[in-house]
Amino acid sequence: MAFLDIHHLEKSFGAMRVVKDFNLGIEKGEFVSFLGPSGCGKTTVLRMVAGFETPTSGAIRIDGQDVTATPANRRKIGMVFQAYALFPNLTVEQNIGFGLRVAGEGKAETGKRVAEMLELIGLPQLGSRYPFQLSGGQQQRVALARALAVRPQVLLLDEPLSALDAKIRISLREEIRRIQRDLGITTIFVTHDQEEALSMSDRVVVMHQGVADQVGTPFEIYNRPATRFVAQFVGTLNLLDADLMDAAAGHIRLGDVPVALNRTLPGRVGDRISLALRPETVALGRREHGNVVLAGHIAEVHFLGSVIRIRVTVAGQLVSLDTFNQPNRPPPAVGTPVEVSVSDRDLLVLAA
Amino acid sequence: MTGKRLWSWLAVVLGGLYFLLPLAGMVDFSLRMQRDGYSFGAYRIVLTDAQFQQTFGYSVGLALLTIVLGILIVVPTAYFVRLRFPGLRPIVEFITLLPLVIPPIVIVFGYIRIYNTSSVLPLTGSWWGTNILVLFGYAVLSLPYMYRSVDTGLRTIDIASLTEAAQSLGAGWARILAVVILPNVFVSVLSGAFLTFAIVIGEYVFAALLNVNSFGPYMVWMGGNRAYEPSALAVVAFAITWACMGLIQLFTRFSKFSTVRR
Repeated sequence: MAFLDIHHLEKSFGAMRVVKDFNLGIEKGEFVSFLGPSGCGKTTVLRMVAGFETPTSGAIRIDGQDVTATPANRRKIGMVFQAYALFPNLTVEQNIGFGLRVAGEGKAETGKRVAEMLELIGLPQLGSRYPFQLSGGQQQRVALARALAVRPQVLLLDEPLSALDAKIRISLREEIRRIQRDLGITTIFVTHDQEEALSMSDRVVVMHQGVADQVGTPFEIYNRPATRFVAQFVGTLNLLDADLMDAAAGHIRLGDVPVALNRTLPGRVGDRISLALRPETVALGRREHGNVVLAGHIAEVHFLGSVIRIRVTVAGQLVSLDTFNQPNRPPPAVGTPVEVSVSDRDLLVLAA
Repeated sequence: MTGKRLWSWLAVVLGGLYFLLPLAGMVDFSLRMQRDGYSFGAYRIVLTDAQFQQTFGYSVGLALLTIVLGILIVVPTAYFVRLRFPGLRPIVEFITLLPLVIPPIVIVFGYIRIYNTSSVLPLTGSWWGTNILVLFGYAVLSLPYMYRSVDTGLRTIDIASLTEAAQSLGAGWARILAVVILPNVFVSVLSGAFLTFAIVIGEYVFAALLNVNSFGPYMVWMGGNRAYEPSALAVVAFAITWACMGLIQLFTRFSKFSTVRR
């Protein structure tokens, strides 16, 4: 059994089912992200783990103990909120020591632990400040220290970086990951930012309409999306409509162009299927590993600095591809006839 | 000075005169006890009067107890209404506004009818019982001010997140209310408390009909039996009210942390 075991979890608000048969096992010390758009149920699952929402059905076990009916203040869970939720009337030290005082720790022990935590978040000189005297990034660091001071069994992070500006967000996400690794604490991180989820997590749970669409490593999620939603939500994606010609042999038709995928495909002859293709897997011109070559012409060119995103019309459909900028080679002009090549292995057939 | 500005100043001056002239007249009258000039004679008589000291002390004590009772009733109510039962807010607001609509005399007659000496709970039959009735009555009178102040204070902080943060750190409801919520609405509670203080100090109807020796009936008695002393007493009452208002400002400005700055 996993350290944190979420078993057939369901949550309904009135007639609306916001979490549907959610199952997940998280190992001790693992960093798992819940990724999904607003309203997909990721925060609701997190709040049920924290004890702020009561599941309609299902069970939550931490270290073998069923905590489904345990009140939030007895779950030994640390939580960091999007809005920091630091106590405005308490100094940084008092905020960090709050949970320890609640637990009845002595003054000396509390002081020592608070100093340790301030050191951990790199703010040892700000202990006597009030929250309003800190920047957003500093406040979130203090919130993290406060959650960790009580040595929780599980750390829950509810979109902790959303309210911060881009630069702070990147440095803080690296810091959160470092602290999590150092302490080896089991962590759930809720975010709608795919870059955050992919860069920080051991595993990612992509949620959609209350269901965990796919659970996997960032590499698996990005390269082998299980559903159309995951493929579209994570990363940029080309979606192409094709007709199935021979399922057993893996032959399809893209417009008028026959394409051999060289693997068995689901469905029957004449079925309409969706092909997914990441922009970075498509090359301009013929390539050694690009055994599928399609002719088209340049429709759009977007110069993004180090990367140039080119859109090519192929068989009546648009395909985006990325190339690196080369100072001695200007991007092709719109309307230029070109060939694009792709490996048949990178053409994913999506489930509906 | 432009014409527009002149009219603005004129309006301010007229408004100021309307408010200040009667006060100035009252202060002037309170200082004319001796025929040959101004003196503080009336103030001396009032402040050294044993009955003044007794009634004023009693009213101050009662006001402080009313404030404590008001905080104990209003802070948890307003907090839980905001946190758990937001749908009940209009109803609770309506109930807390009732003391402004229902005259105190109706409330006190209700009390006398329910808690008289031949009732099941004969509170009016004993000194303690009567004082408890007065205290509860004053807490009711202070509800509109106390509830509004605390509710406004709660609106300025994210009580849901603060509550959940405290819960995740192991705190129970009592600690959350005492250590997290109350200090963060302290300035609001204080403004409600000072208004309560001002109301209780001058309250007459409850005190007279329940026959307690508080400051309100003393002022009325003084008004009916003396000439200069009532004016001195009124000035003292005004000074106390203004001091309360000043204290609200002082606490708001110099509190170590401010909810506004967050």
